[in-house]
Amino acid sequence: MVLALSATLIVVVALIWEVGWPGVSEWLDRRRAGRERIPAPDYDPGREQRAENRARQLLRSCVSEEEWEMYRDLGFIRVWGGLPQGADDRPAADGASYAYLVYPHRPLLAYLPQTRELLGEYCVDFPDETRPYGSDRLPDSDDVLARWMALTADERRLLASSNLHVAGRQVDPRRATRDLWRLEEWERRRMRRPGGESPAADTLPAR
Amino acid sequence: MKPGHGEVLLAEGDVEVAEDEELLVAEFRRQIDAGMWAAVPIGSGAARREAVMVSSFEQVPRDAERVIFFPRAAGGS
Repeated sequence: MVLALSATLIVVVALIWEVGWPGVSEWLDRRRAGRERIPAPDYDPGREQRAENRARQLLRSCVSEEEWEMYRDLGFIRVWGGLPQGADDRPAADGASYAYLVYPHRPLLAYLPQTRELLGEYCVDFPDETRPYGSDRLPDSDDVLARWMALTADERRLLASSNLHVAGRQVDPRRATRDLWRLEEWERRRMRRPGGESPAADTLPAR
Repeated sequence: MKPGHGEVLLAEGDVEVAEDEELLVAEFRRQIDAGMWAAVPIGSGAARREAVMVSSFEQVPRDAERVIFFPRAAGGS
């Protein structure tokens, strides 16, 4: 009887040791190093979705109807460039305008609409260093709105804040070319639509 | 605009009412001092729209419906 109890006790102690030792060891290590665990807010997909919904409503209330539909259907907004010398400081050809594709959390992609030539990527972020929920990333639609506001209000200042890279560094040129084709098709369809009214209700932007 | 939250109403009021204006100015300064950029969306309807960046309350058009604060731009990788 005593032997059986002793054997059971040894097994129980061994199991507790096996399960508990890693945690105790980590706690001892932290204590020795004088560090404390920094509580990280849990990722809450519901909260992020609600934030994105609010951001979409705000974006919709700020940009034009065409831009909103473009974002909803294609997942990006085209913003026409306004600098006389062009986005890449090359003298603009006769009447040749340039534009940007504005994706959430991706570089601004400058291109020539007439030739679909990709000019470059302007890498810029809008990090919120207060990190209210552990992340400095704005919701996707807020990020697009920040880019849109900064571009339409003061393009030169935004470009000065960004890092310029050759096209293809972050945005796959094949994807960019495909998106430009999608944009052209989308505009054709929209032009054919009587009145140009919105075809769909409030839906998530395309990816 | 805030990560994990989206739009946050900071203050609202009528600029024609002195008390409201004081409140709006104080909040505007607080946001600018915190390093935020401020923009006022302009235009309405189906027409082309754009935004105006403002760095002081005096630059905000008197008929502006709202001022949107967002983190300032930083060069990404």
